[in-house]
Amino acid sequence: MERYYFDHNATTPVMPEVLEAMLPVMTEVYGNASSIHHFGQAARQKLDSARVQVAAMLGADPQEIVFTSGGTEADNLAIFGAGAGGHVVTTAFEHPAVLAAAETLNHTIVPVDGRGLVDPDEVRRAVRAETKVISVMHANNELGTIQPIEEIARVAAEAGVLLHSDGVQAAGKIPVNVRNLGVALYSISAHKVGAAKGVGALYVRKGTPIQPMLHGGRHERGRRAGTENVAGAVALGRAAEWLAAHGEAENRRQEALRDRLEQQILDRIPGTRVNGAGAPRVPNTTNIRFDGIDSDALLIALDLKGFAVSSGAACSSGAPEPSHVLLAIGLNRLEARSSIRFSLGRSNTVEQVDALVEALAESVAHLRKLSPAYA
Amino acid sequence: MPESPLAVAMSGGVDSSVVAGMLRARGENVIGLTMQLWNQRRLPEIQSDKASGRCCSLDDVYDARAVAQHLGIPYYVVNFERDFEDQVVKPFIDEYLAGRTPIPCTLCNNFIKFDRFLEMARGVGADRIATGHYAQIRWNADNGRWEMLRSVDRARDQTYFLFGLKQDQLARSMFPLGGMEKSAVRELARQLGLPTAAKPDSQEICFVPNGDYAAFIDAYSREQGMSREEAAGELVTADGRVVGEHEGVHHFTVGQRRGLRVAAGEPLYVIATDPASRRVVVGRDRELLSDRARAGGVNWVSIAAPAEPVRAEVKIRNKHVAAPATICPTADPERVEIRFEEAQRAVTPGQAAVFYAQDLVLGGGWIE
Repeated sequence: MERYYFDHNATTPVMPEVLEAMLPVMTEVYGNASSIHHFGQAARQKLDSARVQVAAMLGADPQEIVFTSGGTEADNLAIFGAGAGGHVVTTAFEHPAVLAAAETLNHTIVPVDGRGLVDPDEVRRAVRAETKVISVMHANNELGTIQPIEEIARVAAEAGVLLHSDGVQAAGKIPVNVRNLGVALYSISAHKVGAAKGVGALYVRKGTPIQPMLHGGRHERGRRAGTENVAGAVALGRAAEWLAAHGEAENRRQEALRDRLEQQILDRIPGTRVNGAGAPRVPNTTNIRFDGIDSDALLIALDLKGFAVSSGAACSSGAPEPSHVLLAIGLNRLEARSSIRFSLGRSNTVEQVDALVEALAESVAHLRKLSPAYA
Repeated sequence: MPESPLAVAMSGGVDSSVVAGMLRARGENVIGLTMQLWNQRRLPEIQSDKASGRCCSLDDVYDARAVAQHLGIPYYVVNFERDFEDQVVKPFIDEYLAGRTPIPCTLCNNFIKFDRFLEMARGVGADRIATGHYAQIRWNADNGRWEMLRSVDRARDQTYFLFGLKQDQLARSMFPLGGMEKSAVRELARQLGLPTAAKPDSQEICFVPNGDYAAFIDAYSREQGMSREEAAGELVTADGRVVGEHEGVHHFTVGQRRGLRVAAGEPLYVIATDPASRRVVVGRDRELLSDRARAGGVNWVSIAAPAEPVRAEVKIRNKHVAAPATICPTADPERVEIRFEEAQRAVTPGQAAVFYAQDLVLGGGWIE
């Protein structure tokens, strides 16, 4: 059976160009980047080059980039490293890496509107004298909606508070320039952009006070202890470089595919609507509600036909819960549990999209035929 | 195109693992599905460190997944926690608080395994399901009905919990272990190299730690903010004499002797509970005997609803030895009167009365 992957917001395959760059690092440039000898210096050079590439992708200076073990650590480092001991303002539809971290501190959660957007005025109202960090994601992982980070940055600046943005689902999909955005902290993850799992980065604007979470060495300018994952950093750097050269064209291609998928679903399958349609969105994501459908059943039926999609965040046992993101934009539990996220990537083609629509039409019709609730 | 898929309900235990394994070996197109029914991290005050021994623990999901990987079959976890709480846990608690002794496994079979699960299986393209229940299903061409029979391994027979199954549910269900001895199931698990071959059998009601349902009810009531401050009441004899006090009728079931804390000349047993007056009636063993019972919510399995009284052997709890009786229809088609040939001990409201003709399950209902 042919299998087609439409879950690139969960993770992406490593790009061939990236694999080519990172493989020799593991076997040949294996030195510890902190070592003084030749082997260490060779690794350090690779690490520094990767840092330059990642900084360039974000419009930052290389010394502002802290490599981490991934998006979760970058988010945690931002929240705990800058927010500990103070108050944190964040939003109802953040990734758990931000939300669960903020919930361990004194915090306020700002609501999200029905389009999937955060209102900067709501953020302003939530800020208190003791607020240290505002954290608002750049693009939502399930809806793809792009948040008004520049405006929220003005709110943060007026209040004299640091702004963190989780850019895990934005970087690589839309142009990101941390200076223009006005953020002090910005998280990215390598495996969402065609690089390897187990590496990410936190942009830390020059002069931003941040306490390390990991202790045990002066790595990453004292902001993150632990022997550097040089191969991982090289992978992220190479992916950043690839995106700089080809990202715009590839994103336009994916956007056309996404629009085709969305339009065909809306045209051919009755009782469908796009969640978060009224907001600007990243080019590869669409989240669609199928009235009267249990999204778990639809996801499994599609997987058995070879199509991988997503129905919401998985819990520890792998049994899906209704998505907190969809509940946050005002869907009820039933509506949230009838929604599917499709996220496209470099491997997807027009033929795959058309085959997906066929499979969807068939499975949705079958499920509705069985459902007494759907008239 | 292979045979249409068949969904196996995999709990992570040895029985359902073997079902998946034997159907796979037979060349069936098997899909493994595990039902997530209850979040074991809820009600932390009653959790013990043995939490992994019960259903829906992460260990069980891990085991079921390991079996599916071993067999090379597609595998998914489906979340029915909401349905399970609404259709099994809440009625279980309501019944206890109403002075009855409920059977959650039957509710789970009726509303979750052979309803929600069956529906989910159909939705994903599997028109048939198979479970690890010890019971047998066969088609009777003469009367055009699906029949249910006791399992070959009498000690494991689970038909007492399956009397609620309707014809359309039986038509789409398979119990491949019904014709096997448990020892043969274990042996087959070893032959198939299943990772769960040596796993101990599960016991007890799956969502109640250590079988302490009273503690579960108290903890759940607190979590739900239900007012329970006035649970305590009196222990009385049948003639109304107060002989002691208790902490709530849900701690007692008919026939119970343990925990009465009453000094009397001879052993005392719970004869009845009355939630309205919060009284628990106690008495001597012979006061527990009765030769009649009424059952409601009756479902006829292997025969159509009879118009005339039928002779049957009737089980009034899972471990009861079926007793000869006559089942008499009443004006209400869902209600029967059961007349035992000999008086039975502790006929308990809330338990099931299941009617057998030797191995054949005729039907059953809920004791009122």
